[in-house]
Amino acid sequence: MTLDSLDRRLLNLIQARFPITPEPYRELAEALGASEEEILGRLERLVADGVIRRLGPIFDSRKLGYCSTLVALKVPSERVEEVAAVVNSFPGVTHNYLRDDRYNMWFTLLEETPARLEATLKEIKRRTGITEILNLPAARIFKLRVNFDLGEE
Amino acid sequence: MLREREKEIIRALQAGIPLARRPYQVLAEKLKMSEEELLAKIEDFLEQGVIRRFGALVRHQDLGYTANAMVVWEVPEERIEEVGRLMAAFDEVTHCYQRPARLPDWPYNLFAMVHGRTPAECREITARLSRAGGVEDYRLLFSVAELKKSPREYFQTSP
Repeated sequence: MTLDSLDRRLLNLIQARFPITPEPYRELAEALGASEEEILGRLERLVADGVIRRLGPIFDSRKLGYCSTLVALKVPSERVEEVAAVVNSFPGVTHNYLRDDRYNMWFTLLEETPARLEATLKEIKRRTGITEILNLPAARIFKLRVNFDLGEE
Repeated sequence: MLREREKEIIRALQAGIPLARRPYQVLAEKLKMSEEELLAKIEDFLEQGVIRRFGALVRHQDLGYTANAMVVWEVPEERIEEVGRLMAAFDEVTHCYQRPARLPDWPYNLFAMVHGRTPAECREITARLSRAGGVEDYRLLFSVAELKKSPREYFQTSP
């Protein structure tokens, strides 16, 4: 889909901060010189077209007490689809990418407790039979910029 | 630790803000609280850092950024802080983490997401970063396919 100038100005505005006031859409409309109906209509379209994935809070999983890790698997090419189906079936798996490397499946796992994280990893190993697996929890975060939507972890 | 009431509010908020004239009023009614209380609670969460950002999550492939690579470097342990901070200072880097090396198979301990308009541009940026950091051993892992991307639903089951 193509975005016109008002779409882009609207997206820029609401990416940084969406108003936390009783009538946020009216406030956005005023800032952009449009009507509230126009803004609501555009947002509906941007959501329907998948440009906006979500409107609202991005939580800090650590502050919520969740623990996370990055996991890499070495999956034979003919098994990628089947292994991905198993991995993706866990709600704690938030992102999963196929990458061009010897470790070719990379996913982030987010669970409420370390015990649940271990249990999910064990279950993934058991159900896929994949033995070459790297569990790479972050030791230190130097940068995390979420305005770019490529991985919340 | 979060209280049960706060978890209920988080559960209600994570579905997103409705497209209605008084969206917070709609959510507050479901939570049996006042709109004012809900707005104050959201501000609290922002202040505490529980909410990192309050706004739209946008698929940026639609906005002209098309290529990204996960870059991994092998950095001597005693230089990791210096190099990590240096890489993080670049605008093209959105994420930069230290992770454990897993020898002998995986010697890489510094990870970054590098963004460019093309894969070639990602390679150029990475070469520039590596020169700046004085680290020679690295790999770029381009994504071939997105197999899953869905935000975590928090507090869906009791621990």
